[in-house]
Amino acid sequence: MKVAIVVFPGTWSDDDCMYAMHQVGADPYKIWHTEKSLNNPDLVIIPGGFSYGDYLRCGAIARFSNVMKSVTSFSKSGGPVIGICNGFQILCEAGMLPGVLMQNDSLQFRCQDTYLKPNSNALSSPFLDKLDRDTPLKIPISHGSGNYFVDGKTLDILENQNRIAFRYSNEFGDIDQKYNPNGSINNIAGILNESGNVLGMMPHPERACDELLDSTDGNAIWNSIIEVVRHKE
Amino acid sequence: MIDKNELEKIAMSLEEYDLVVSRLKREPTPVELGMFSALWSEHCGYKHTRPLFHLFPTESEYVLSKTGEENAGAIDIGDGYVAVFKAESHNHPSAVEPYEGAATGVGGILRDIFAMGMRPIALLDSLRFGDLQLSRTQYLLNGVISGISGYGNCVGVPTVGGEIFFDDSFTGNPLVNVMCVGVGKKEDLTSATASGKDNLLILVGADTGRDGIHGATFASVDLSEDSVNDRPAVQVGNPFMEKLLMEACVELAQNHQEWIVGIQDLGAAGLTSSSLEAAERGGSGIEINVTKVPQREIAMSAYEIMLSESQERMLIIAKKEFEKEIVDHFNKWELSVSVIGKVNDTNKVVVKDNDTILADAQISLMTNAPTYELKYKDDINQYPYYNPEILSINDLEDANKSFLKILALPNICSKKSVYQQYDHQVLNNTIVKPGFGAAVIRVPGTDKALAMTIDCNSRKVQMDPYCGSKIAVAEASRNLVATGAKPLALTDCLNFGNPDKSEVAYQLVNAVRGISEAAKILETPVISGNASLYNETVSGSIAPTPVIGMVGLIDNVSNKIIRHISNGQKLLLIGSVINQEFNTLSGSEYYFNQTNSLSGQLEIDLEYEKKIQEFILSIFKEEMAYIANDISDGGLLVAIAEMCINYGVGFDGIDLPENARLDATYFGEKESRFIVCIEGKHLEKIMNLAAAQAIPCEVLGSFINQTNNTFHFDQIDLSLSSIADAYNQIF
Repeated sequence: MKVAIVVFPGTWSDDDCMYAMHQVGADPYKIWHTEKSLNNPDLVIIPGGFSYGDYLRCGAIARFSNVMKSVTSFSKSGGPVIGICNGFQILCEAGMLPGVLMQNDSLQFRCQDTYLKPNSNALSSPFLDKLDRDTPLKIPISHGSGNYFVDGKTLDILENQNRIAFRYSNEFGDIDQKYNPNGSINNIAGILNESGNVLGMMPHPERACDELLDSTDGNAIWNSIIEVVRHKE
Repeated sequence: MIDKNELEKIAMSLEEYDLVVSRLKREPTPVELGMFSALWSEHCGYKHTRPLFHLFPTESEYVLSKTGEENAGAIDIGDGYVAVFKAESHNHPSAVEPYEGAATGVGGILRDIFAMGMRPIALLDSLRFGDLQLSRTQYLLNGVISGISGYGNCVGVPTVGGEIFFDDSFTGNPLVNVMCVGVGKKEDLTSATASGKDNLLILVGADTGRDGIHGATFASVDLSEDSVNDRPAVQVGNPFMEKLLMEACVELAQNHQEWIVGIQDLGAAGLTSSSLEAAERGGSGIEINVTKVPQREIAMSAYEIMLSESQERMLIIAKKEFEKEIVDHFNKWELSVSVIGKVNDTNKVVVKDNDTILADAQISLMTNAPTYELKYKDDINQYPYYNPEILSINDLEDANKSFLKILALPNICSKKSVYQQYDHQVLNNTIVKPGFGAAVIRVPGTDKALAMTIDCNSRKVQMDPYCGSKIAVAEASRNLVATGAKPLALTDCLNFGNPDKSEVAYQLVNAVRGISEAAKILETPVISGNASLYNETVSGSIAPTPVIGMVGLIDNVSNKIIRHISNGQKLLLIGSVINQEFNTLSGSEYYFNQTNSLSGQLEIDLEYEKKIQEFILSIFKEEMAYIANDISDGGLLVAIAEMCINYGVGFDGIDLPENARLDATYFGEKESRFIVCIEGKHLEKIMNLAAAQAIPCEVLGSFINQTNNTFHFDQIDLSLSSIADAYNQIF
């Protein structure tokens, strides 16, 4: 599986995503933000970090880069795209996903383990189709602005179309506000676009890819997409 | 003749001015005087501390670059890999502008590391604050933490460890010491040197503004009530720029080493100290044209340009034939690049504004700051804080209550609310996270890991500077050994008050002696360091704080990391018997909280310490030690409680004999001790090995891993959740 990892000035999860892709046997490479071609990937990752220093607003400047035009057209043709952390913020800014990521309700940065309950009813998505939706995943967060918010009407659409991918839960999968690290609406940790090929999530699955680093739960997401891609081939 | 007020502004004495004149054999130009004053500030010139540095042991089979030779010290960790590290203080700026003071402290130490061509893989912070009841202290605490978080998180280097200590002497003068560890291949190690006639001085990164002018000088005088007016002397950080600069410099060192002669960061005293230090290392001269320096503000004078401490700037000493390649390289990273001068073979520095010469002097005349003899009485009995007779207090009345109380003390309790504001995982190397003692960070691309810690018990140094400083080194080393790592080397940050006071001079000299002695015996040479003097407020000097940063090596980490404790596993105390005498409460957090007194006699036997540490490492090596913790602040029971809370297990401990002194046994801080979790099957063998070396080793109890875990030790009977609640109470 060929994986294009997009790098903006200020991105810092690019190497971690490279590492995670190697861990699951994929074939990753980096794409600098000025480039126009993505080199025919099977998957595009918009990694975390502080693109353009979070100046103006998280993700607000990165969306105007050359490479984002290619990412948009790649997703429109059904290509799978995952935006992690700052990548999620960029996808929202670019209009590829609805809503915004506001500052955490604690008004502080948070780096900690969280448990994510995959949505059992989520629509078909290459990121979710092959993972066990009953098992919560232990995946860390690291953000100052992860407080997902959408207006009520859009939230209804997201819920009705089963586009919530993950919610913050405890280790047993119980979803409650007290397990929510940032105040996001309906405990949302990650959402899908209408066709399920674009996923935005605040937690970092690329950090949960190695026993030595305390969790391999992030690999469930990577292994799902690998299997879907392999199946297509 | 110079105006005395002018000299006061730049913190130079009349005697120093006369020395400048006699060295130059003429009056200095204004630009030269500014350069002299910055380089001769305590911060850059180490006027009071330099004469002590020869005491430090600086060599071992691991040491590649020693104190002062480069921006940071370097050690060989085998298989062609190198680790570099250094700690630096940013106390004065943080006292007046905590967010930017702390943020730029992080930025500065990062540049020291990547100027050497190494990739920063971890940051640690040692922080000191005053009385927490004061709103000013809370403002400083929150500002410093946000500054560290804001800068470190954005740059993408994990903040993996540190300490926070509260003592009233730091009210108004907090300490912010930041340590950075970098790694890389030996062949990518870059020197901070300028040599080769006609090679180019290229300034990259941020534009130069008026921020931080005379910051080094400001850091070298006492803080006063007027210090808030010095806020303009505090620089403002831009971590986004730093991230680009870091990537560009690391890539330059790794892929294009042949283009460059050296890299030197711009820190205290800005362009002046960076260019002169690099030229001095290379035995060269330099010529700088200030008009070529990109400026952030209009009408900046040469004086301002040479002394600005604007952040996120780096000086590249480039081979002349690669100018274009280097310009293109930094342009790719969207960084400003300007050739500002040339290297020559004169041993002189010439500063020009186009054709007008503004400074022209022998470099060594400027860089060799005068040194001052410290005046003190070398007699501990005349040292005001020394009071070897420990005043007696009553033993515990309610053991449970005392235990819960000590767990909730600001100096003991969990610092989770702080470290969860720091990204401690980015770069995917964090094996042991904050909260579990020393951090363990994988060296990317290898099976090796580095354990790292930063530590100092200011109160013990205050009681007895020599012994307290030995303890600081031993304690840092013990932190590393508790992870199974072999300690390799240390960096120090000497935070003291005004050295013109005889008690401060006594503290400083004896701290250096103590560190040196411990570093020699524990075989952890001093490879880099920093001094911050004049930490004074209206109410006096700070408690002396020689912060020790230490790095150790785990040769092969794969499969050795255990993250759970099973029901029935045993806990051993190694290094002393369980039952302790009253005097082991000397210097302890418990005793200070009961009495507010520094009375008592500290003790450490470094040869014994070394023996215990080697024993612990040997049982780790034989895979018999499972999880270990050293006993430090709060004593034995706090160490056990931390283990239980971290691993979510209960404890069923032994009962002490009738006549035992409970406070000392529970909370005494006798040195050279570890608690080690083992499997029952190894008990006999470990006991025998210990006995053969005459090392005390006793069973403290067994762990319980079931629902509703409890904690029992002698008179203590509590639920795990109640001790966890006390410990996790936010200060």
